[in-house]
Amino acid sequence: MNFETVIGIEVHAELKTNTKIFCGCSREYGAETNTQTCPICLGHPGVLPTLNEKAVELAVRAAMALNCQVADETKFDRKNYFYPDTPKAYQISQFDKPIGFDGYIDAEVDGVTKRFRIERVHLEEDAGKMNHTGENHSVVDFNRTGSPLIEIVSEADMRSPKEAVAYLERLKEVLQYADISDVKMEEGSLRCDCNISVRPYGQEKFGTKTELKNLNSFGNVLKGLEYEEDRHRKLLLSGGVMRQETLRFDEAGKKTVLMRVKEGASDYRYFPEPDLVKLVLDNDWKEAIRAGIPELPDARRVRYQEAFGLSPYDAKILTTTRETAEYFEAVVAEGADAKAAANWTMGEVQGHLNKSDDTFETLKLTPVKLTALIGLISDGTISSKIAKQVFQAIIDEGVDPAAYVEEKGLAQISDEGLLRGLINESFDAHPEVVEELKGGRDRKKGFVIGQVMKKTKGMANPTLLDELFYDELAKR
Amino acid sequence: MATINEEQVRHVAHLARLAVTDGEVKQFTEQLEKILEFAEQLNELDTTGVEPTTHVLDLKNVLRKDEVKPSLPRSEVERLAPDWEDGQVRVPAVFE
Amino acid sequence: MSLFEHGVKKLHTLVKDGEVKVSELVKESFDRIDKVDGKIGAFLALNEDAFEQAKRMDDLAKSEGNPLFGLPVGVKDNIVTKGMTTTCGSQFLSNFVPAHDATVVERLHEAGAVTIGKLNMDEFAMGSSNENSSFKPVRNPWNTKHVPGGSSGGSAAAVAAGEVLFSLGSDTGGSIRQPAAYCGVVGMKPTYGLVSRFGLVAFASSLDQIGPLTRTVEDNAYVLSAIAGHCDMDSTSANVEPTDYTKALTGDIKGLKIAVPKEYFGEGVTEGVKENIRAAIAKLESLGATVDEVSLPHSKYALATYYLLASSEASANLARFDGIRYGVRAEAENLEDVFKLSRAQGFGDEVKRRIMLGTYALSSGYYDAYYKKAQQARTLIKKDFDDVLSKYDVIVGPTAPSPAFALGAQIDDPVTMYVNDILTIPINLAGVPAISVPAGLVDGLPVGLQIIGKHFDEATILRAAHAFELATGGFQLPKL
Repeated sequence: MNFETVIGIEVHAELKTNTKIFCGCSREYGAETNTQTCPICLGHPGVLPTLNEKAVELAVRAAMALNCQVADETKFDRKNYFYPDTPKAYQISQFDKPIGFDGYIDAEVDGVTKRFRIERVHLEEDAGKMNHTGENHSVVDFNRTGSPLIEIVSEADMRSPKEAVAYLERLKEVLQYADISDVKMEEGSLRCDCNISVRPYGQEKFGTKTELKNLNSFGNVLKGLEYEEDRHRKLLLSGGVMRQETLRFDEAGKKTVLMRVKEGASDYRYFPEPDLVKLVLDNDWKEAIRAGIPELPDARRVRYQEAFGLSPYDAKILTTTRETAEYFEAVVAEGADAKAAANWTMGEVQGHLNKSDDTFETLKLTPVKLTALIGLISDGTISSKIAKQVFQAIIDEGVDPAAYVEEKGLAQISDEGLLRGLINESFDAHPEVVEELKGGRDRKKGFVIGQVMKKTKGMANPTLLDELFYDELAKR
Repeated sequence: MATINEEQVRHVAHLARLAVTDGEVKQFTEQLEKILEFAEQLNELDTTGVEPTTHVLDLKNVLRKDEVKPSLPRSEVERLAPDWEDGQVRVPAVFE
Repeated sequence: MSLFEHGVKKLHTLVKDGEVKVSELVKESFDRIDKVDGKIGAFLALNEDAFEQAKRMDDLAKSEGNPLFGLPVGVKDNIVTKGMTTTCGSQFLSNFVPAHDATVVERLHEAGAVTIGKLNMDEFAMGSSNENSSFKPVRNPWNTKHVPGGSSGGSAAAVAAGEVLFSLGSDTGGSIRQPAAYCGVVGMKPTYGLVSRFGLVAFASSLDQIGPLTRTVEDNAYVLSAIAGHCDMDSTSANVEPTDYTKALTGDIKGLKIAVPKEYFGEGVTEGVKENIRAAIAKLESLGATVDEVSLPHSKYALATYYLLASSEASANLARFDGIRYGVRAEAENLEDVFKLSRAQGFGDEVKRRIMLGTYALSSGYYDAYYKKAQQARTLIKKDFDDVLSKYDVIVGPTAPSPAFALGAQIDDPVTMYVNDILTIPINLAGVPAISVPAGLVDGLPVGLQIIGKHFDEATILRAAHAFELATGGFQLPKL
């Protein structure tokens, strides 16, 4: 029997604000445990939430960037459940009026662009963090409690684990480009839960789904979903019945592990949050938010091809992350040739970042310096080979390219008179070579070029030297 | 509207995380039944098309600037916590 | 003679002129508490620093312009006070010392008032008799066999017994006005949104308001002026500028248009109360007001509406008392039992009952039938008030159906107990302001006249109450 896989994804992304959603505590990652809390986010008796304007704007921005309808009027609701990391025993979330709905993103899978629909985007508060320190107890850190989150719920539109990952990569890109979230899975600012089920081809009804939670990388999303897909199929083929389960992916064992069996629907007793008033998003506000959205990757790709004449492939690589694209554009803005800027950014620069701890932020090769380096090549001051040496010196010590070339004497010799003289010196010393060359044996050219290079310690401008060689030979 | 039975009372007590004795279940069932019976009178009201009131004041868009304010000293969190371990609130393990 | 008989205005002059020291006022409070609180039970905790604070303030008094400077206040124990235990009358919070002050407490402290202590109440403000305090009942200073009303029973009794000059209470369905009526003091429930709820431990967020309990209407206006006005920490706080409500107290109510709802004289309201209130209305008329009978047709649905809405909100508001971060955690092996036992041991019966009711009303399959239906009923109840108040300045009637009942008389039957709030609850549902002002005695126990106003028109109900008070003689201290 042939099966079809159906996947839907819920993504939680932490919004890039200074403070938490309902209080003035910092939401910066990495602080000492329980040092970024206050009576409000700890749910002390008598406290009230006050809504962070920036969180609302970023959520609206996300809805817009994900092609959603943005609500004209929305509100908050309480979602009730007890858990130690949820201080009020309810999460302030949005139930029936999400900030955004009916959106989509387009992502490429195996060269084909597919549209994945987004059911809703809503704003809510994050829970704290529990750590299981012993067999009999856990500890709770409330620093993350109350951080602003958006939950992005897809329709069950993915038909393979690969599509799921393509959707996630695209989603991450959009959130990062629009400056909505840090999207760092390792820091928990991007988290995803996947629902997967399989059904015989042609069957309309969905199969029983399982939920994969706590996936900490896209690699594990792929592996986890592939494992589940396989498990579902095998179970169905052997005549078994799928249970509705929640699982996690065990990285070491490369398999999914049962967390709990779901019994019926949870009863969260949602009701409107009486401590917060309604949110009316009028057109002026919406337009102001829309105007503040940084250029998204798709638009950038088109612009790179049209304005800079780059290939679609280059445009795609350069827009992989917003940092890369912004670096590239900064180099072009400094006056560098776009193609050269693209090649350096994708090649040497990316290569260096991949194998070091450097980031675009810490990189000593600033756009100004890379532009200068490219200039030294294009005006013939240095060769591409020397350029790599200069590149390394900038990376290592942050030297000024022109000064460094000067100081180290790395400039090419492009003095025509000098080079012509050296060529003729070589011709004169080896008349037999001239004869052979004139007889059409071009391979002897290497001998003459080599002699000139030796005398110039390799600094002769090779392109110019080549040109002058033929010129002088013709005179013989 | 349905009236309430003991099984429902036990379920509600679980949702509300209240430990209840058999005696309490019986008592709550009787009392809630009475209160719910009393609440039945709302069914006399025709509320078709009536907007529910969540807030009596028509306020909107009450927002706060995204500016950091001082947090509590951790010692205050520790002072109030019933159990504490190395900078964190300690709780019995969660059994999934 | 007690210094408190002077009232805020006169005491301010005396304090400023150095004729009365702040420390004397505070001592007067403590002496009185020593003498009578064993019988009354109004206080759950005393501010041990109050006397030291007062002594420091003695020297500053001369240059002080704030009318509340140096005056002793009692604070209901569901209003958080930094460094002072705040229990809400519950075992669960018996060890809870807040890390911050409520906005109203901050404002009173800025005005120079001295907190004497924390006042007893029905647990988490759920009750009409103060018998639901998990520490001790409060007794009515007029007759200690009777209840003081609730849930702000301690707040009303402390003022009536002369233990403090004034107090703060909270009112979700009548919890300021009903005990004020039972104890013969003035109690104001302001418009929802006028006074910040930041620091008030929430019972039902869409209904709760903090308000003052005082000996006189004038004192009430002074205290309200100090605590009212917008607060950034409360998103439901209205954008209202600070107002001096004492300016409204002209003594003149000629032409005031009064509506008297026939529903407020229905079944369940005792003859004695009816008589007193009719006499009070006649008195208002004699002062130049016009009186018409009106109808608030949805009044009979208010009680059911209130219990569903308030309990639903409470079920979520009280969920944070889970034994994890503060309060009393029950000994238990696993997490589920920490939750269930901490809550079972920490909460009393009435609190549990309302949490159960609220949880049920919000639960899957019942939300529309109970919670949503009640919210729609609330719309209709509110509209009754809007309609009447578009034609009249105030609505007048009794505060409670009867004078204070005896301790233990009603505790067994929740529905009967809830009926005590039948005349105060609709006001919270509509969000309008109302004041209870003493209107004589029935069988030696006080009766309250309730004056209800338009949204944010506290000035008019204070003016009417003040005129009535002037005409009837005002506060009497019960013989204790």
